[in-house]
Amino acid sequence: MFSLYKKILFITKSAKNIFLALPLLLLLLTLGCSSKDPQSTFDTLGPVSELQLELFYILFWVGLVVFILVAVAVFYIILKYRAKPDDSIPEQIHGNTKLEIIWTVIPILLIIGIAIPSVQAIFASSKPDSKYTNNNLTIDAVGKQWWFEFEYPEYGLITANEVHIPVGEAVTIKLHSQDVLHSFWVPKLAGKVDMVPNNDNHLWLQADEPGIYYGHCAEFCGQAHALMRFKLIAETREEFEAWISHQKTNAWTSSDPLAQEGMEIFMSRDAGCYACHTIQGTDKAKGNQGPNLTHFASRTHFAAGILENNQENLRKWLKEPDKVKPGNLMAKNAAVYNGTSDSLTEQEISALVAFLRSLQ
Amino acid sequence: MTSFPLQISRPIHPTGIWNWITTIDHKKIGILYGVSAFILFIIGGIEAMLMRAQLASSNLKIIDPELYNQLFTMHGTTMIFLAIMPMGAAFFNYLIPLQIGARDVAFPRLNAFSYWTFLAGAIILNASWFLGGAPNAGWFGYAPITGKAYNVGHGIDFWIISLQVLGIASLAAAFNFIVTIINMRAPGMTFSRLPVFTWMSFITAILLVLAFPVITVALIELQFDRFYGTNFFITSAGGNPILWQHLFWVFGHPEVYILILPAMGIVSEILPTFSKKPLFGYPVVILSGIIIGFMGWMVWSHHMFTVGLGPVANSVFALTTMAIAIPTGVKIFNWLGTLWKGSLTLNTPMLYAIGFILTFTIGGISGVMHSQAASDAQQQDTYFIVAHIHYVLFGGSLIAILGGIYYWFPKFTGRMYDEKMGKLGFYAFFIAMQITFFPMHFTGLNGMPRRIYTYGSEYGWDFWNLISTIGVLLLAISMVIFIYNIVSSWIGGEKASGDPWDARTLEWSISSPPPEYNFAVIPTIEYRDDWWEKKMLGKTSEEITSDDVHLPQPSYWPFIASLGLLIAGFGIILSIPVAILGASITMIGVYAWSFEPVNDPH
Ligand code: HEC
Ligand SMILES: [Cu+2]
Ligand SMILES: [Cu+2]
Repeated sequence: MFSLYKKILFITKSAKNIFLALPLLLLLLTLGCSSKDPQSTFDTLGPVSELQLELFYILFWVGLVVFILVAVAVFYIILKYRAKPDDSIPEQIHGNTKLEIIWTVIPILLIIGIAIPSVQAIFASSKPDSKYTNNNLTIDAVGKQWWFEFEYPEYGLITANEVHIPVGEAVTIKLHSQDVLHSFWVPKLAGKVDMVPNNDNHLWLQADEPGIYYGHCAEFCGQAHALMRFKLIAETREEFEAWISHQKTNAWTSSDPLAQEGMEIFMSRDAGCYACHTIQGTDKAKGNQGPNLTHFASRTHFAAGILENNQENLRKWLKEPDKVKPGNLMAKNAAVYNGTSDSLTEQEISALVAFLRSLQ
Repeated sequence: MTSFPLQISRPIHPTGIWNWITTIDHKKIGILYGVSAFILFIIGGIEAMLMRAQLASSNLKIIDPELYNQLFTMHGTTMIFLAIMPMGAAFFNYLIPLQIGARDVAFPRLNAFSYWTFLAGAIILNASWFLGGAPNAGWFGYAPITGKAYNVGHGIDFWIISLQVLGIASLAAAFNFIVTIINMRAPGMTFSRLPVFTWMSFITAILLVLAFPVITVALIELQFDRFYGTNFFITSAGGNPILWQHLFWVFGHPEVYILILPAMGIVSEILPTFSKKPLFGYPVVILSGIIIGFMGWMVWSHHMFTVGLGPVANSVFALTTMAIAIPTGVKIFNWLGTLWKGSLTLNTPMLYAIGFILTFTIGGISGVMHSQAASDAQQQDTYFIVAHIHYVLFGGSLIAILGGIYYWFPKFTGRMYDEKMGKLGFYAFFIAMQITFFPMHFTGLNGMPRRIYTYGSEYGWDFWNLISTIGVLLLAISMVIFIYNIVSSWIGGEKASGDPWDARTLEWSISSPPPEYNFAVIPTIEYRDDWWEKKMLGKTSEEITSDDVHLPQPSYWPFIASLGLLIAGFGIILSIPVAILGASITMIGVYAWSFEPVNDPH
């Protein structure tokens, strides 16, 4: 049985181009959605998602055949046995044991056939086997309402909403939640695993190609669930290490006077930014309610992946965060935004923007 | 006993509104259930349309996120608990006594109590819109977001209390039907002759009795967390959010079969009638229903493949879930066997039943796809799942219910519906349904998570979302056709005979609508499809009418007892004295009900 299955899988694999091209044509061309869409589960770029897609195709083909059989039977019967005016009462057939056995046994065999790759895939996707390059890189991902924190415990490094991994290596991501349920999902690399408070999980993934991958929280987590996203950046081992060592340095070195002014506002009681954000190398900014901003300017996006990191967006964010991301906890809890203290002036915002953008 | 102070006599021949409030006639209660559930179905549908408007394109700002969360929570809760389940109850009520040859259910007053309590639950849930906001944590209410720390308003409280009240209604009804089916069958109506719809209802009622207490326990724990500071699910105090998920789905999966088995029963009645053939493989269809009901308890964690239960647990639940496809497939083949070599009349109910086979097959297949724990990790919590549940619930349960409404419409109302409009409505409905829900497979596989109120244009989800939204508009039109047909035919349709379809089961042996006592003489059953066989053998006798059948009289008390629950429900959430008042009214109602006199037969 097992070898038979292997054989079938082999045939499937050798015919992969046809096998994959056909459904892709069927599913994607007719559907008009390109597999290049950022969260397409067909554009698999890592071994885990690939394995999941292979399993999907097995089910897809079996399902398609079953559906076609049922549909053809239905339409054939409707056309053939439609009542005619001169119909006499049809023969009152109560059943047929042989048929019952046949159509019970065939699904059983089908299900057994599917069960084997099914269970194999569950175990294969649960941890990387020895054929993958594995430097035991482990990243802690923490889901918070409504953003992601990423910690590299080996390197003593914390960042937010953007996680870097070396390409071509199996990486383990440990999943935690600080408040409600969230789920960590990078569709092109691996299926999701939930982030559950008091109940740590993990997943593994590998990116086969360098690039910026889209991630999305996939478990309902409240008001801004739709806007809880992140980016995963896969780069070569050298680039990754350069990134690590850069992130470990202190970013605040600017001598621009506007940025200097922004720094002072950031650290002031009135604005209170320091109470929620950490900027490594300063002795005041050690808060942890909001994302770590140490190398904020080096990130491509912010506010959990929804805004591109540029001057204009940052202004918008600092002016009215609730407009950009309704419900977010900075707008709700920071005194300058929730009305318990004066809002920031345009001048103060300019200074803060200059400061934050200097945190390379 | 005569000194009991509340011993007021029962109403005799009440008229107008009192006729409905005090009725304990299973047929009237069935109609009350059906009409109420349909109105709630429309409310749930409007909620869905608002969501679809917001999702029509990327970055729309029609509905704000908080309202959106309330809408999807209310849509799910309404459709499952207030629309499809009570529509099932409407059919149980109306049809089971007729199909088994009884004059009423076993406990007619309890039956009235079930209906009024269901209505109380529906009112409590929907009142939340006006009392500070509807619940907003999804119909599944995953901990810990339902906790006070993340959810301060009363929305979740209304959700908890209404589900508890609905639980009382469902349990009372389920016990009632179990006893009715076991004890009230006419002589000769053995279990091997029981109509398939009644069989499926029987299994459903047993599932209800076993499943509802599980969610009741979970809801009590949650209620205690919210009201009295316990820590079952409060994660910051060490509570366990996974516990909620297990309890919820141990209820929730059998609930799926509670929703679909009655539909399968309806289809199993329609297909034989319009094929002029008996159901193919009757014992196999029944047995697979039982197996589905039984195995429904072994698959709940397939809703939790991404929770991190580990590969062993995931494998086990993947295998059991795949296995449940076997009895389901067997049912589909037997339906095809029923059509095979028949003489098919493709009128409206038959079209719905055939539509059911096609769409339910699609839903079943995507269900087997989700059973693959590994690839389900890509599908879980995406629109692919939304597509699946709508193919099984909308394209399964609801399509069969609509077909059932047409099929039994002459029996319910004594009038015929408009066949042309019925067919038009069906085609509009069927096509609109595919346009609405099929594209969700694509958006889901293209990475669109569910329960998001907005998305960016860069994801490539715009096109198919727009199609889905257009589909919903068409669906609404098809429902208008349906409603128009039903209402206008009810008022002015042609008069229906007792057996307009030349059908097979006992309910067709009496006039349409049936007299209050159903059967003047309790029939003796000799065959499966007794009515059909007797017609074939020419053994039917002229229907007799009777004036002196003794029936239980109407009663005020079930309504009063439910009214107390309604008041108590609001009271628990808003004010303890009101809760005490409500509870007292219920106690008085139940007490007076137990000592109620029986009026003399006049
Ligand atoms: C009450 C705590 C709090 C205060 C005070 C606060 N923030 Fe935030 N901040 C947050 C939280 C929480 C987020 C994450 C919001 C989200 O994405 O949902 C955030 C996000 C940000 C981000 C985006 C970070 C990223 O990478 O996504 C910036 C930039 C930022 N804050 C700057 C500031 C500035 C400047 C101030 C002072 C004016 C400030 N914050 C004050 C809590 C706070
Ligand atoms: Cu989320
Ligand atoms: Cu399930």
